[in-house]
Order: sequence, then C-alpha cells, then structure tokens
Amino acid sequence: MQRALADSGVRKSDIDGYMCAGGGMGRETAVDMAEYLQIQHRFIDGTMTGGSTFEFYVQHAAAAIKDGLCDTILVTYGSDLLSLQGRMLGTRGFLVEGQRVGGPMQYEAPYGNVLVGAYAMAAQRHMYEYGTTSEQLAEIAVAVRGHAKLNPNALYREPITVEDVLASRMIADPLHKLDCCVISDGGGALIMTTAERARDLAKAPVYVLGAGGSQTHWNIGQMPDFTRTSAELAGREAFGRAGVTPADIDTIQFYDSFTITVLLLLEDLGFCAKGEGGPFVEGGTLQLGGRLPLNTDGGGLSSCHPGMRGIFLLIEAARQLRGEANEAQVADAKLALACGSGGWLSCMGAVVLGNEAP
Amino acid sequence: MNMNGRPLPQPDNVSAPFWAAAAEGKVLFQECPECGHRQFYPRAMCTDCAAETEWREASGRGTVHTFTVIRQNWAEPFRGELPYVVAMVELEEGVKMMSNISDCAADDVHIGMPVEAYGERVEDGLGVLFWRPGKAHRG
Ligand SMILES: [Zn+2]
Repeated sequence: MQRALADSGVRKSDIDGYMCAGGGMGRETAVDMAEYLQIQHRFIDGTMTGGSTFEFYVQHAAAAIKDGLCDTILVTYGSDLLSLQGRMLGTRGFLVEGQRVGGPMQYEAPYGNVLVGAYAMAAQRHMYEYGTTSEQLAEIAVAVRGHAKLNPNALYREPITVEDVLASRMIADPLHKLDCCVISDGGGALIMTTAERARDLAKAPVYVLGAGGSQTHWNIGQMPDFTRTSAELAGREAFGRAGVTPADIDTIQFYDSFTITVLLLLEDLGFCAKGEGGPFVEGGTLQLGGRLPLNTDGGGLSSCHPGMRGIFLLIEAARQLRGEANEAQVADAKLALACGSGGWLSCMGAVVLGNEAP
Repeated sequence: MNMNGRPLPQPDNVSAPFWAAAAEGKVLFQECPECGHRQFYPRAMCTDCAAETEWREASGRGTVHTFTVIRQNWAEPFRGELPYVVAMVELEEGVKMMSNISDCAADDVHIGMPVEAYGERVEDGLGVLFWRPGKAHRG
C-alpha cells in the first residue's frame, strides 16, 4: 500500500473503497484488513475467485467508481504461502489423513488428487483431442523464464530449454516440474480512481478499457469440458467493452499456474482457434521480440507465485503501458491484456488495459 | 483398493443414498423427471430446471474421459501409494465422476479405456467407488 500510494501520488485519506480477498490462501479477510490498515471505506468487496480475484476486482471497481459508490479504491494482496507451508500447495492439498469431508469435496477427497493433477487432466485431454505436445507446452515455460532473467527479483533466472522442461521430473502426467509455477511469498497493491482524478496524479494513468469475468465450475471434477474455460465468456465481455480484438493486443499477462493454463487462455480468448494453441506458441511467439510477449516479469512459472498472483498481472501490465519495464519493455506497448485463472481452471477474469484515454 | 487413512466422505441428507449404494457396489446418479437432465454430483435440485430429481442406478460401466498419474503427493496415505491414477470417468449414462483406476499399471491407462465400477465398503451406509479395466461396452 505504501508503494502504491507513493507511486500514484494518492493520499491514504483519499481512499474510500477497499477490496481484498484475504491474506495467504484466504485467511485475513477484507474486513480484517480494512481494520488493520484503517481504511475508511464506503465501498468494500471481498469476492474470492482464487487467482483471478483481482481481475474480477477491476471489473467491480470500474462499475462502483462509474456509479459513484466511491472514488478511489485500494486493492491489496499479501501472502506468506512459502513461509507458512513450504512448497506444498500443488502436491499436498488441504486434507489430512482420515479426515471426513463434506460439501462438494466429498466426491473427490478419497482419491488423492492434487492441484497439479487437476491441470494435468486438462492437459491430457487437450493432447488427446488436439495432438498438443509436451514440447509445445514447454515453449511457454521457456518464454517466461527468458523474461525472468531480466527481473532481478525473480526466483529462477537461469535460462532453460524445451529439453530441460521435458527432462524435469514428472509431477502429474503430462506435467513436469518445469510446467508448474513456483511457490513463494509475495504481495502487491493497486489503486483505481476516476479518469478525471487520475490525470492530476503522479504517474500517467493506465485506463481500464474493458473487463469481464466468468465461471464454469469450482471443483475440478465439475469442469464441463476439460479443454474449454470460462475465459471464452470473460474475454468476449472484456474485448467487447474495450472495442478491440486479440489482434490489437501488444502484450499479455496471463495466469501461468501451469503451462497448460496459458495455452487454454490463448485459445479461449481468441488469440488462436481452439486446439491450435500448441502450434501458436511455437517459434518464440510469446517471447520478447515475438508477436505476443507473455508475462514479462517472469510470471508464476519463474518469478513468484504466492497462491493468488492475479494482482501481479495487472501491475506488470501497468508497468508495460507506462514504459517502466526496463529491459523487459515491449516496444511501443499501447494495449495489454491481463487474464487471471482462479481455482482449478474455474473462474476467469480478463482485463484490457491501455495507456490512451478511451 | 487400500482404504487405510484415505480422507472419507461425510454423507449429508442429499448424498447419503449415493454413499450407501456405493457400499453395495452400485453407482447412483440423479435424473430429472421434468426435463430429463442427468447430474453428478447429487444436489437438492436439478441444475437445469430446479425441479426435484430422482435416483437412477447406472450400469457401472464407463470410459476414462481424462486422467493423470500422480507421482508426487506429500500427504499420507497417498504418499505411500505413488504412483497412482486419478481419472475422470464418463459413465455410460453420460455423467462424469472422479475416481482412481486400479488393477492395472498406471502407464496402461489411456483416454477412452473401458472401465467398470466396484465399491469398497467402509462402514454401514458408506462405501467408496473405484474403477478397474472393464469390457468395452456397446455404444
Ligand atoms: Zn430438470
């Protein structure tokens, strides 16, 4: 919050709206945090859609500000996931031995699935239906690692190759260790206000041109089609409101929990046809200098993943649109698309951002 | 299938018939008498039209819709079972459910593989369904 205030030139006393999905994986809630930070809000939102929460917040905040429910909204996120439980998020889960489980999880709990396994089942089905290969998925990890090399704060910065990804340990077939995101601590904050107010602040504003969010399921066993996500609907909404198409986008900041997540988002958001994500990512498409640079901060695959990294997608998109990305700068970036994925490919939130007033 | 230490369902008033049937090796799903919609997991109403649903017994035959081989899980008891298959099984009747595929090598499991259900009885009113390779069913 300190750095977001300093960066924007907004005074803390100007904040009259607050959004927070809780710390870690949903511990301290919005009201806990509003108390801790002493936010005098007249609008509050604690929606929790997993990693895409923050893209949903942009949609909600834009509507609230437009409707005059508040003028200046603070969004915060902080997590000590790594310190708290080590690298257990993907391959341990939350259930304990012999536990009795109610609710929708009662139909999955006995079978020992893990978070990686959920995405692996989507990858497996995509390979079966469309012939997507592990080499193609690896291209995504390679592109993101190339960008992590340019970020001094990234966890893993040594370049990797497609062969390295394929040679890394299999965690849940067909996903290798290097198809999976890292586990870290981390946090971020962003501030949204009216375009009018933003014009007088410390930095050139980044405009929300369109936002959309949707959901197909929550638990992976309920995913209607393992090769299609709600990003189809979220993207249609975001692009429609922005009045732009995928072809107009200069850089994408996508939730890269796993390589397959990015591949599905590319297809569902319309950057290529369903099933053609594999060939699309070949040949450096997603690398700096390529057609569509992805996760220029090193993403979740190489830089940081504290559990719900959707806020970093928005922050990196804003850096790109302000020309503040240093070595990772996409030349002449005018339009960025941030797309978060929450849960088990469940809740998708897409936001089109631009550096010119709509 | 070794049941020791597995997290187990806590049946509720909607799911109790399903788990009780599983203890007898039977697979139940819900069908809507109003609109014909079939659903799993069981709910208090039809997700298409909100009418009350009825239980149907499935044939117990299905195919692997998708799957993964879990090779890392730090949680007991699964840590001792590695590697094992987690799959989405598509029942002959159309609904899908998560389970494990047993009685074959993990590397032999493939999408489209015919499987048949069996139940592991835990206690009165509670069994857990698993699937093993089965004969191809007529379409
Ligand atoms: Zn119905």
